[in-house]
Amino acid sequence: MLNPYLPYPVRIDDIEIATEDKSLKTFKFVFQNEGDEEKFAYSAGQFAELSIPGVGEIPIGIASSPVEKGFVKFTVFKAGVVTSHLHNMKEGDIMGIRGPLGNWYPWDLLEGKNILIVGGGFAFTTLRSSIIYMLDPENRSRFGNIDVVYGARTPGMLLYKDELVAWEKRDDINMHLTIDAPADGWDYNVGFTPPVTEQKAPQGDDDTYAIVCGPPIMIKFTLPVLEKLGYAHDHIIMSLENRMKCGFGMCGRCGIGKELVCKDGPVFTLDQINKTPKEY
Amino acid sequence: MTLVKIDKKQWAKGLETLQKAYRLFGPSKEKDYFSFKTLEAGEQPELGFSNSRLSPKALLFPQSEAIIEYSLDENAADHHIMKPVEKDSSPRVVLGIRPCDAKAVNLVNMNFDTPEYQDPYWVEALAATTFVGLACDEPRSTCFCTSTGCGPYNEEGLDLLLIDADDNYLAKVLTDKGQALVEAAGWNTPAGKAAEIEARKAAAEAKITTTVAMDNLKNQDLMELHGASFWEDIAFACVNCGTCTFTCPTCWCFDLQDEVHGKAGKRMKNWDSCMFPLFTQHTTGHNPRGTKTQRLRQRFMHKLKYFVDKYDKGIMCVGCGRCVSQCPVNIDIRKVCDLMNSYKAAETACAVQE
Amino acid sequence: MVIGFRKGSMPMMNEPCFIKNAEDAAQLVWDSNCGINLANYLANRKEKIGIIAKGCDSRNIVTHIIENKIGREQLVIIGVPCQGMIDKYKINAMFDGEIQDVAENDGKITVTVNDKKNELDKADVLQKNCAVCAHRNPVIFDEMVADPIEEQKGVDRYEDVREIEAMSSEEKWNYFEELLSPCIRCYACRNACPLCYCPTCFVDEAKPQWVGKGQDPSDVRTFHFLRAFHCGGRCTDCGACERACPVGINMRVFTKKLEKDSFEQFGWEAGLTLDERPPLDTYRPDDPDDFIR
Repeated sequence: MLNPYLPYPVRIDDIEIATEDKSLKTFKFVFQNEGDEEKFAYSAGQFAELSIPGVGEIPIGIASSPVEKGFVKFTVFKAGVVTSHLHNMKEGDIMGIRGPLGNWYPWDLLEGKNILIVGGGFAFTTLRSSIIYMLDPENRSRFGNIDVVYGARTPGMLLYKDELVAWEKRDDINMHLTIDAPADGWDYNVGFTPPVTEQKAPQGDDDTYAIVCGPPIMIKFTLPVLEKLGYAHDHIIMSLENRMKCGFGMCGRCGIGKELVCKDGPVFTLDQINKTPKEY
Repeated sequence: MTLVKIDKKQWAKGLETLQKAYRLFGPSKEKDYFSFKTLEAGEQPELGFSNSRLSPKALLFPQSEAIIEYSLDENAADHHIMKPVEKDSSPRVVLGIRPCDAKAVNLVNMNFDTPEYQDPYWVEALAATTFVGLACDEPRSTCFCTSTGCGPYNEEGLDLLLIDADDNYLAKVLTDKGQALVEAAGWNTPAGKAAEIEARKAAAEAKITTTVAMDNLKNQDLMELHGASFWEDIAFACVNCGTCTFTCPTCWCFDLQDEVHGKAGKRMKNWDSCMFPLFTQHTTGHNPRGTKTQRLRQRFMHKLKYFVDKYDKGIMCVGCGRCVSQCPVNIDIRKVCDLMNSYKAAETACAVQE
Repeated sequence: MVIGFRKGSMPMMNEPCFIKNAEDAAQLVWDSNCGINLANYLANRKEKIGIIAKGCDSRNIVTHIIENKIGREQLVIIGVPCQGMIDKYKINAMFDGEIQDVAENDGKITVTVNDKKNELDKADVLQKNCAVCAHRNPVIFDEMVADPIEEQKGVDRYEDVREIEAMSSEEKWNYFEELLSPCIRCYACRNACPLCYCPTCFVDEAKPQWVGKGQDPSDVRTFHFLRAFHCGGRCTDCGACERACPVGINMRVFTKKLEKDSFEQFGWEAGLTLDERPPLDTYRPDDPDDFIR
């Protein structure tokens, strides 16, 4: 019987400082045991529990994409006991990963549709996974137009900057990057994510879905904009966060109403979220 | 389904024989309460009890259990590699579990054994256990098992059901495990007393004085019940301790915590409680259930509404009454269930919209 | 609102409640089952509150005011001279079979078990802390519901503490090991105690983590000993901790020892006056210091 508490051993292969204030780092992990990477086959939108023996575990969205082979990547914000310890670890260190956990963005539903992605701050991780998945030559033709609105406080706080700039130059994806206030050398938008979304995002309709990921304050002001643009509540897809421990639906703490964020989510439509208590 | 008769004078001998093939567990008196313990050779389960103070769920789901271990010594070849902790899964028997607690095992099993994931520690412990239940002839005033779809002679979760018939135990063999047990113990005198059991069962059920209405819980609107005005009043007395959750046979929330001693460590699975503020607190300090009222509401909504909606198998409660008698401030689930069941959203909506 | 008790659904239990309308005042009860300390519900409240307080409760209210957990001007204290609460664990242990009813009348407690009535003297079944109580009358109040009663005289408050003090090291170790063995870390004791109002209790701290959360005996003991020390010089021996404990642990032995030390070394009894700060809060040149070497 598979033991869901037991992590796959991984080695830290690379650590990149992801933002100018060093509060986020991107970790690249390589599976130590033959066959584990295949067992870990995941879809964009899922998360995993990063497990450090002697310290604890944290649920983090998978930033790498299923089409990227040989490693998995996570971008982690330094917030508490485990993340602080992780930030102090070095390349070559051994730890564990449990997963993949949770549900994923509804790729079946999104087949043939136009997609608007709205991201803020460091919630962009699973969105990176999604974009790389969609842009992959094997997958691109399965989707319609792709628009991405992504905002951060300053250019140095945007995640995956090199990749963002490269996507900006492509003609099969519309990037709308934005920062809060003007900065030298910044050629793109200036303004908070919600107003930029209002200006640049496509209209909502039966063939268009929005995936929204960001801090509560951004979500609060973006949802009315999307409603104004005509997005129905079951066409707005969100990824929730909640306190987690087991990550596979047994310890009980991430529940909102009868849903468990780690198992029935973390991806929910706004329609589903409106029908549950706001305990997240 | 066979019925056997166990002469009480043969009981001890049967147990002695069982000791050879099984580890035995049963109720044992400590000071002025009972708890389920390992029975050493020759030790008898004390079956003249009402029920144990804490539920026997600890037999399958210990309060503190090491599930993963690892070495942190950089010189060890397997340092930082996490391994499962080996458990004793040799066959064992739990003697004298009450039908309410046995049904509770089935309910908790729905959490730990799912189509997508299985908790190997629970699943293996359960597979190794044969449950010998003891039908309840003297229910207490706090018992309301019959209201929850259970009862003093209920058979769910049991492999064998013992009925105290004065000089004998009548034993209903309910499963293959139960059959294997009676054969191993040498308890194979057949009995034809089915009618007597029915009469005793009816007498026991008639003694249950508390009924709790729960037929309307399924029909209630989840969000309306969540927003009901009675929660503040019910929650006032609550001190948010873990008594109800720890003593309850159907509560199963747990915490995972690493404990390190020197250069080796273990990951512990410890009972946790939705009553504790830390249960849902995010690292940022944000707490979705930061107030006592929210936490108390969560417990009752989970047991009496979310579970009902999710599984359509009734409530997540077997009416054992432990929380009722042990709550330090007398929060009574029977009262809360009645309130939830009969709740009607106030007619505040009026024709004129503002 | 007014905080008081309403009749419980079980023998020997009352439920703390609040009322907001005069019509609901008829719900409030007062009898020998009001052992929970209502001052526990006061900390950090911002509104004007009425509260029904017996002797020990009122001393905890004084402590709350001194420790800035509530303002005197917010409170309307309805004082009740207390003749003691009955010990539900003691009474339960006296009978085989379920207790169906407990009634009291004029110093007699009538316990119905198996439809048979048994009469007991209230004095024989008082909670242990009530038996040695020296402050039955509220020390602070706005209204009193009855005339003050005579305080108990000639009561030996620390007899059980001295018994433990007299034990050898090994006897003490075994005594405390057995005392704490049923503990399930439910924290009912801590949560029922009016003094325990820390936003994050030391057992819940993670950065750094001081105490394990499992059943390791050293962690269980650390919780109890350290909690007692945090209550040292503040505890009024209200007995709520013992009453709340679902597994019947006699944990007042820790807090009573610290109360004895407080009294004998500093001449201090908690919560008697608003005008003095507790000894562990202040420094006086004549403070005993023979334990500092």
